[in-house]
Amino acid sequence: MTVLEPATLADLVTAVRTTPRLIAVGAGTKPRLAAVAGDFVRLSTARLNGIVEYEPTEFTFTAQAGTPVRDIAATLAERGQYLPFDPLLAEAGATLGGTVAAGLSGPGRIRYGGLRDFIIGVRFVDGEGRVLRGGGKVVKNAAGFDLPKFFTGSAGRFGVLAEVSFKVFPQPVTTRTLRLEVDGPAARAKVLMEAAATRWEPSALEAPARENFVYLRLAGPPPALDALTAEVLGRWPGTTLADRDAEVLWRDVRAFGWAHATGTLVKIALTPGQIPDFEALFPNLPGARGWIGNGGNTGYLSLAPDATLPPLEWPALTLRGDAPLWPGARPRFAVMRAVKAALDPPNRFPDLDD
Amino acid sequence: MENALSSAVLHRLEALLPAGRLLRGAAQLAAYESDGLTAFQARPLAVVVPESQDEVIQLVRFCHAEKLPFVARGSGTSLSGGSVPVPQGIVIALNRLNRIVRLDPEQRLAVVEPGVVNLAVTTAAAPHGLHYAPDPSSQSICTIGGNAAFNAGGAHCLKYGMTSNHVLGLKAVLATGEVVEFGGASREQIGPDWTGLFVGHEGLFGIALEITLQLLPRAECFHTVLAGYLTLEQAGDAVAAIVASGLLPGAIEIMDRLALEAAAAAVHAEYPPGCEAVLIVELEGPREVVAVERVRLEEILAAGQPVEVRPARDAEERAAIWKGRKSAFSAVGRLSPDFIVQDGVVPRRRLGEALRQINTWSREMGIRCANVFHAGDGNLHPLILFDGREPGARERAEKLAGRILRLCIEMGGSITGEHGVGLEKRDYLPDLFSSEEIGCLRRIHAAFDPLGIANPGKMFPGGSAPALAQQGLHPLERAGVISRE
Repeated sequence: MTVLEPATLADLVTAVRTTPRLIAVGAGTKPRLAAVAGDFVRLSTARLNGIVEYEPTEFTFTAQAGTPVRDIAATLAERGQYLPFDPLLAEAGATLGGTVAAGLSGPGRIRYGGLRDFIIGVRFVDGEGRVLRGGGKVVKNAAGFDLPKFFTGSAGRFGVLAEVSFKVFPQPVTTRTLRLEVDGPAARAKVLMEAAATRWEPSALEAPARENFVYLRLAGPPPALDALTAEVLGRWPGTTLADRDAEVLWRDVRAFGWAHATGTLVKIALTPGQIPDFEALFPNLPGARGWIGNGGNTGYLSLAPDATLPPLEWPALTLRGDAPLWPGARPRFAVMRAVKAALDPPNRFPDLDD
Repeated sequence: MENALSSAVLHRLEALLPAGRLLRGAAQLAAYESDGLTAFQARPLAVVVPESQDEVIQLVRFCHAEKLPFVARGSGTSLSGGSVPVPQGIVIALNRLNRIVRLDPEQRLAVVEPGVVNLAVTTAAAPHGLHYAPDPSSQSICTIGGNAAFNAGGAHCLKYGMTSNHVLGLKAVLATGEVVEFGGASREQIGPDWTGLFVGHEGLFGIALEITLQLLPRAECFHTVLAGYLTLEQAGDAVAAIVASGLLPGAIEIMDRLALEAAAAAVHAEYPPGCEAVLIVELEGPREVVAVERVRLEEILAAGQPVEVRPARDAEERAAIWKGRKSAFSAVGRLSPDFIVQDGVVPRRRLGEALRQINTWSREMGIRCANVFHAGDGNLHPLILFDGREPGARERAEKLAGRILRLCIEMGGSITGEHGVGLEKRDYLPDLFSSEEIGCLRRIHAAFDPLGIANPGKMFPGGSAPALAQQGLHPLERAGVISRE
């Protein structure tokens, strides 16, 4: 299979203009997004790599789409800054563009919002080969339609991302992770909802599906965390993880370390109240594993390589495996086709449904 | 103005709704001729007052079939002329669609109709220890429909973002008559973020019928500090130092001397004497966290050159600080019969430079300019004062406004942080985006509204503009019905 590897914006434009059917790929950590049927040429963003602009005093950066998130996180960390939504698959090499195209946010999402809440600008090449910008480089901006948000989760169906701008936050001084013992899916849903509404402002609320515990992460200055920890553990039984164990846990969560190494991996949009229904899937799926993230608003389902994904009643996205790209509930409206035609008149990029 | 053709259309429109819900009389229409930006005024053919979502859908489908332009309107508080009517169209007034459809304290969300007032959401959520975060200055009257259409901001965007960061999903009737549902109750999205695209559409896509909002737990503890400075620059430096320190306050605001004088006169706010600028910083969070952070904040503020630092000692003093800040817009109305307010954004590190330049121009051009702004996110709010009765005054004020907008663009910022482009700034869009980029926005617009009937004339340059008023009073102010005090 042909793979194009433009190294400059000009090369990217040429590649788009001269390729009738095209799909952009980053590091391939969410392979299902680019696994399209038909005669598509793959365009790798690997050489569109590098931070274009980073102003630590401004708490914003702009980077080329092919820049590994890992590199960006390291640069930010040197200045005590971070992307508060805890980008996923960074250790595996995920690129910034691929992370945007998948719309993937990690555990920190529960605190300050997801990727969509931190992206402030995009530069992309549309289906006609035009280089266009949406949004900007300042943290607050209401000019023009919000294309940066719209490109979040758009899976490369409307254009090829060339550059992306984000706002970032100061990193919390310290974090502490508690493991709370909670028996059964209904109780887990209740703890996730209750903990999210407390004065503690947890920076992560996650739980392995069908296990009897919930992880709660606190962030802030150390003396405050002692008091908050005591209060949390006074309300629910549990333990404080050693710092090293907590580090291993969150690295594992960000890397989908709990999932099968291959096979189908699906992200599902849930509400905390739907956790019991989500967990009810598992008895009928031998070997399946799951994770509940974002305070019970995100579910992940991992199937062994030979298992088949059942129909899902919630909106869902397949990250890897052979299941349909959008295997769950998905409304279709006439305006969606019209917007696709507006951004990609020659239908150069895959269809929304592919 | 009505003519034979439009009279026939209105006659058919009248048949759609129960008696009394189509307003045509000059006195009835006067209230709708203008919005928060009083410089633009236009009389619509009629105003319709639907009471249900189905009626709104019917109305939009009627407009589509008749190619009749419509402007959706909540409380008419837009500061960009976003809800100014179209002379050959109707206004769809959404104030009676004001039900909170669902309040779900467990999952922390509210589903509301567009006519629900911003503060009403927080009022409903408060007994559960929750609140709706975006807090525009007009929050006691502005509606969620308008907030979502223009992606409204407020003083607390620094930590939790603008309206678009709090809208999880929505149901809307598009200008084509299609009824769509985007997003939902989950705090996670799948697929292209259609909800995110819709928020900030400036009324150009259609009308939101139901909006799902996320609610946040109300912070346990607030620590609000007011600090006075001899120069604006010192206040600006303090902002830079706070931001650089790693603290993440809920709000960082600055008011300059003219704004302070206005607030002092309007709501009897008291500020440290002799100051050119006052800085307001608010920390929020669990009490143990705030206890540590307030010490840090005190150190940072003391390292600058404040004339006085005044922490609010209780909820009452905190409320007084915010009352002074939020009254600033209307208070400035007392200093001058007319004013233009802008909301351009500059990179935060260039705030001081931008303010110096604005002051220089203001002196050179002999135009008074008050500054009240969201310093934490670089969002300026110069209030340019003038008297519309004085020949050439409006033009001079607009010239200064234009220079400020171009300054924001040159510095790498934006022409609007939270008011939207609307009518007011549409001619500046080409300074921010290339013609190809505006073409892209226009094609997206056409996908939602191929006939161009939804709030025409907003956001995009060109097109026919409503007549500029001779002076900037709201039609009801001129009639002596309301005042800005």
